[in-house]
Amino acid sequence: MRKSSLSVLPVLLWLGAFLVIPMLIVVGMSFMGRDATGGVVAGFSLSSYARFFDPLYLGIYWDTIVLSVLTTVICLLLSYPLAYYIANSGPKKQTWGLILVTIPFWINFLIRTYAWVLLLRTQGIVNNLLVDIGLIQEPLQMLYTRGAVLLGMVYTFIPFMVLPIYVALEQMDKKLLEAASDLGASSWKAFWHITLPQTKSGIMTGSVLVYVSTTGMFVVTDILGGAKSAMISNVIQAQFSGARDWPFGSAMSIIFVITSLIMIALFNKAMTSRHLKVKEGR
Amino acid sequence: MKTKTHPLLGFHSLLMMLFIYVPIAFIIAYSFNSSRLAADWSGFTLDWYVSLFKNRRVIEALSNSLIVAGVSTVVSTMLGTMAALSMRTLNRKMRAGMGGLLYLPIIIPDIIMGLSLLVLFTQFHIPMGKLTIILAHITFSMSYVYVVVSTRLAGMGKQLEEAANDLGASAWQTFRYVTFPQIMPGVVAGALIAFTLSLDDFMVSFFVSGPSSTTLPIYIYGQVKRGISPEINALCTILIVVSVTLILLAQYILNRGKGQKKQSVLPF
Repeated sequence: MRKSSLSVLPVLLWLGAFLVIPMLIVVGMSFMGRDATGGVVAGFSLSSYARFFDPLYLGIYWDTIVLSVLTTVICLLLSYPLAYYIANSGPKKQTWGLILVTIPFWINFLIRTYAWVLLLRTQGIVNNLLVDIGLIQEPLQMLYTRGAVLLGMVYTFIPFMVLPIYVALEQMDKKLLEAASDLGASSWKAFWHITLPQTKSGIMTGSVLVYVSTTGMFVVTDILGGAKSAMISNVIQAQFSGARDWPFGSAMSIIFVITSLIMIALFNKAMTSRHLKVKEGR
Repeated sequence: MKTKTHPLLGFHSLLMMLFIYVPIAFIIAYSFNSSRLAADWSGFTLDWYVSLFKNRRVIEALSNSLIVAGVSTVVSTMLGTMAALSMRTLNRKMRAGMGGLLYLPIIIPDIIMGLSLLVLFTQFHIPMGKLTIILAHITFSMSYVYVVVSTRLAGMGKQLEEAANDLGASAWQTFRYVTFPQIMPGVVAGALIAFTLSLDDFMVSFFVSGPSSTTLPIYIYGQVKRGISPEINALCTILIVVSVTLILLAQYILNRGKGQKKQSVLPF
């Protein structure tokens, strides 16, 4: 090791102390017990993991997975055409499209979620508008519903999907499209057999980002959702702030991370096999 | 390259832009609305901004946010730049490991990062406050600084440094007069990103802030959960303007060099 590579040490120590060790402590804590006052008891126990298999928590987790998958699919369907349009525009339009898609990244998601409270509440803009044009008589209950949570999640994570897909579209080999059209493929066929498979890395990156972020986002549910729309992240957060059952919160966090990794692996596999089929079909 | 796109695609993109920006536009517009009951427009006013700056709790949250962002920006910019520079001296295997470690804070969900730091600080009896928020913010900001600076370094090549070395410059002189001026735009852009991330962070701060260390996003969260006051529209508007300005500035500084490949401030 050269002397100059010692300069990596402070960074290594920092990440060890504030990233790796805290996560290891959480893993350790998930196997510990809890006493009557909410303190953590040393020792090995699987009771926190066992507790997760209560139908209540399993139900919440199932709802979380359904909501996260739905959010990911809707984001993908809405974002792909937008990314495609930006990637195929002239240079000036392209720059502006990118800037406009990037800006929401830098506007706090809390503020963007709150915007929907302004729009959706009973005395809100949407209800007033609908009443004014005579479409409805009574204001609708839109806030504090599962639909509001889904809308808020999709809204928050659209940029996470558009940008990776845009990058993939930018990097794809466009000569293949010319070849396809020379060989008489329709534009739809060329898209299906060339563009889509070539941009699967972007689709994957975007989907993984959206899925994992949705699952871990307790704020949108907190602000736009009602009592019935709690997600796994709301339960985890409650264990650490209100209920003070840290071993259980830790165990749920570990389950959350592991299931996310499994979902990503499954998705990865599905994408790869589809791509291979396309290749074989050529 | 411009290829023909279906007119429906353009229409869809327009709708998407409206979807993205109309809610934000409403917050900004309503921060100037004189009605307290929000939904109807009843005239232009700056009252909410005035009462915002008379609100002691807001001023305290603002000063907490600025202290946290200031300190964590300085430290994370130094550490992130150091990481990017020292990566070049590592062998391939170590570089892969170190790279993976540096990407972790970007990849792991905020909620996991927040709660694991809460557990750490509690185990070591470090009281929650500005210090713990600063430590947490340095940990995630550092990685973003690293990404920006190392992209800049990658496009730079080692010839100038080698030339300086051959001409007898010491390691420090080479760094001071050759390397640093070249990576400067990356460092400044990285610092601006770190500042914005810190100013905007809610998820991680939520877990590691004490009762006396409310930052602006935590204050907003409390207010939004309690109901709506027009002051919040004003506060949100200010945060939107500050964050977006800083990021556009970072983007501009990063791409100012002539002949440089266009870079984005996002880690994609």
